[in-house]
Amino acid sequence: MLGALVLAMVWLVANVQSNLERQNINSGFGFLSERAGFGINQTLIEYSEDSSFARVLTVGLLNTLLVSVLGIGLATVLGFVLGVARLSSNWLVNKAAMVYVEIFRNVPLLLHIMFWYFGVLRNLPSPRKAVSLGDAVFLSNRGIVVPALEMTAAAWWYGAALAVSTTAYFWLRRRARLLRLADGTAQSIWRPVSMIAMASLAFAALLGGVPFSFDIPALKGFNFRGGITVIPEFVALLLALSLYTAAFIAEIVRAGIQSVSKGQREAAAALGLPDNTALRLVVIPQALRVIIPPLTSQYLNLTKNSSLAVAIAYPDIVSVFAGTTLTQVGQAVEIIFITMMIYLTLSLLTSFAMNRYNARIALVGQKS
Amino acid sequence: MSSWTPTAPRPAPSNTVGFVAWARANLFATKLDTALTLLAFTLVVYVVEAIFGWAIIDASFTGDDRTACLKEVQGACWPFIEAKFGQFIYGRYPDAERWRVDLVFLSGLIGLIPMLMPNVGFKRANMIYLLGFYPIFAFIMLNGGMLGLAMVDTTDWGGLLVTLVVAITGIVASLPLGILLALGRRSDLPIVRALCIGFIEIFRGVPLITVLFMASVMLPLFLPDGINFDKLVRCLIGVALFSSAYMAEVVRGGLQAIPKGQYEAAAALGLGYWKTTHLIILPQALKLVIPGIVNTFIGLFKDTTLVLIVGLFDLLGIVQLHFTDASWATPETHITGYVFAGAVFWLFCFAMSRYSIFMENHLSTDRTSS
Amino acid sequence: MSDPVIRINKMNKWFGNFHVLRDIDLNVAAGEKTVICGPSGSGKSTLIRCINRLEAHQEGEIEVEGVTLDGSLKNLEEIRSNVGMVFQQFNLFPHMTVLENCTLSPIWVQQKSQAEAETLARELLERVRIPDQADKYPGQLSGGQQQRVAIARALCMNPRIMLFDEPTSALDPEMIKEVLDVMVELANEGMTMLCVTHEMGFARQVADRVIFMDEGEIVEENAPEAFFSNPENERTQLFLSQVLTH
Repeated sequence: MLGALVLAMVWLVANVQSNLERQNINSGFGFLSERAGFGINQTLIEYSEDSSFARVLTVGLLNTLLVSVLGIGLATVLGFVLGVARLSSNWLVNKAAMVYVEIFRNVPLLLHIMFWYFGVLRNLPSPRKAVSLGDAVFLSNRGIVVPALEMTAAAWWYGAALAVSTTAYFWLRRRARLLRLADGTAQSIWRPVSMIAMASLAFAALLGGVPFSFDIPALKGFNFRGGITVIPEFVALLLALSLYTAAFIAEIVRAGIQSVSKGQREAAAALGLPDNTALRLVVIPQALRVIIPPLTSQYLNLTKNSSLAVAIAYPDIVSVFAGTTLTQVGQAVEIIFITMMIYLTLSLLTSFAMNRYNARIALVGQKS
Repeated sequence: MSSWTPTAPRPAPSNTVGFVAWARANLFATKLDTALTLLAFTLVVYVVEAIFGWAIIDASFTGDDRTACLKEVQGACWPFIEAKFGQFIYGRYPDAERWRVDLVFLSGLIGLIPMLMPNVGFKRANMIYLLGFYPIFAFIMLNGGMLGLAMVDTTDWGGLLVTLVVAITGIVASLPLGILLALGRRSDLPIVRALCIGFIEIFRGVPLITVLFMASVMLPLFLPDGINFDKLVRCLIGVALFSSAYMAEVVRGGLQAIPKGQYEAAAALGLGYWKTTHLIILPQALKLVIPGIVNTFIGLFKDTTLVLIVGLFDLLGIVQLHFTDASWATPETHITGYVFAGAVFWLFCFAMSRYSIFMENHLSTDRTSS
Repeated sequence: MSDPVIRINKMNKWFGNFHVLRDIDLNVAAGEKTVICGPSGSGKSTLIRCINRLEAHQEGEIEVEGVTLDGSLKNLEEIRSNVGMVFQQFNLFPHMTVLENCTLSPIWVQQKSQAEAETLARELLERVRIPDQADKYPGQLSGGQQQRVAIARALCMNPRIMLFDEPTSALDPEMIKEVLDVMVELANEGMTMLCVTHEMGFARQVADRVIFMDEGEIVEENAPEAFFSNPENERTQLFLSQVLTH
């Protein structure tokens, strides 16, 4: 049987070679240093049409990471809020969260993306008739334009003020905790911290003046100049990914909190612990152990799902590399191999990290 | 010794039961609670009003072309859906032959419904019908070209037909493949185990779209010049391989839950590996993970929409295609189309998730009672 | 006689429309050991859970050491810091060590320092005879050991009243004695105890009074000798005959 398998593989490889020759497609990874010759409408690093395909790959990867990281952040926040809402004793809040979860997770993600992109964002008016929020933020079908932050020299003083306040906060917090452990006194640190913050801020203002100026976008001709433009493709993809994944995260959070048995809460209450202390010390640590593995799985899913960007031409890795570059260069085998390898690496790294974390926090003992 | 009769129970005080008491506890328990209720209520009223207004009050229900949906305040454009409904379900399948598709749908349901009900018997015969006879029958019916049936090329298949074909083929193919992979992953032969783990981790670690690209673009390279793969078949292969990796993990969970004692008892009875696996282990393992299998199917069903990216017209794809019809071009056409497609998908997925919960409950009571 | 430390007056409780506790009148004096028994569903667990308001009553009054249980948070906190509870399922916090389980409440509720709390915890662990398990996790202990930790944890609050909700019902038979021994010692040191249990031997040894409940009501209460040898009620007699088969 092994022999038959080997024969089959040899036949397949021979086919591939003859087909590639016939279609005049090169082999190897040399194409990565060739000139790309096309533009990309969202780049986090320097890019021009003269850049190489390797740079195209990098730009695509950065765009993938950008939408994935922001998506994970938004989805987590919304997901936790919804998950807690699902456990609320307030019937209305509870059911409203349930309706959200049941609707958003039973509709395919691609449909979410199409709806936000073609259904909503493309229906926004043209830049000349853009919807304006406070005359500084503009929504149009060319994207969302927000004022850009430009730092002045004075920013350094504010940076210093921030550094001072943060250090003060951590130092005071540590001191308060040691004090409490030493002799039981509970001390709120908000007063001293806010006073230090205000003082250092005032100092910075005195010395430096205004720390930044806004580059307010203005309509010039057919489009806006100045400010930062967030392309509609990005907004649509981010919205779709976040709202969709949040529904799944909500269920994970709900299951995690419910997995902490009622007896734990009762024991904490019987010991006289106030509700929020019990939540913090007893319920949440146990709930997190149950929440984190499937949560990581969802993060991975979101990152892989960002590949649907290709459907609306958001320039992520699949769009610009496995899409445009592949059409231009034709070396399907190498390109798809590289793309898959990148996603695979991301997945394996995350799984590895998660397994390590899981092993570390496992409940000790036979009955964990 | 005296005899004791219990005091008669009284009904609960009126201010602790009934709607008012319920509302007090669940909606207005504390000041914060009341504020939340009011906030949520306003939000809900706003959303429901907006949806109702769009879908019913401001919507158009009859008409033949775009003029029906160009009112001053326009909601949904339902005539668009009505007009295109046939295409949304069947694609470009010829009108005269659509009865074949209906027959395939129907015979599928006839086989599926008894299979899903846990208390109905004849499961083995049912399984043979669904996995053996039905696929062949469905293929002949849909494709044609024999037995006097006209040939309908797969490029004319579209809409819900394609969605269901891809999803069902995907799940039917991925189940045996997934089982083999899961068994292989637990094998004692290092090469088999390494290959299986490699396959599973690779297909689970990459997005489906790259697998579809790989299938669309690379499969033709593997075949000699001249032989070409039908586009639909390429997608089916990609989807089946992708789905089998997830199915393998689900089955693995079930296999891990089988106590070692089962293997030991089988060995004591003299059963070899394959007999043990298919008579003792698999039936139990698969039954345990039915909810997991249904959940994989729900995911697969939603993933079928990706085939539109590689040029096949599933339900979403064909709805999008018809947006380009100039005779229906209005500002509301897009949204109406998306809402319709969303509703159809939602219906299927929601029904399946309810079934999954039903099976989970059924299985857990099953286990605790036995 | 001095004021009772627990005073329950015409207390009624419903779960929805189900009348689970009916017209309960009960007074417990300081240092008194009361054992409550009865068939399952009789409401005995619910009764003692009403005392530290893990369940809320709808009618009647409950007073613990003069403080009325009425839903006000301040009263509740006061009562709970003087009333300790031991559960059937132990309910130890699995993500904390035995020592951390015990010092949790002293540190966070009684504002003791860590050193003080730890000394106290170790003393009490010594008292329940498992001082060397202080740094283990609950998952590493046997059932009997876990329940003794639970008793020590409750005692770390320095309560004046201890409630026991079927403390030995979830234990393997060979571990019941070690827990009962601890409870007997506690009783002999003068703690006010309210104990729901099926362990009649314990009742005979330690209780000042045995209460029999059925269908949410107190059917009979008496000193243990009289209760076991000469029950006044047919219902009590029936129950005893079912329970005391060995």
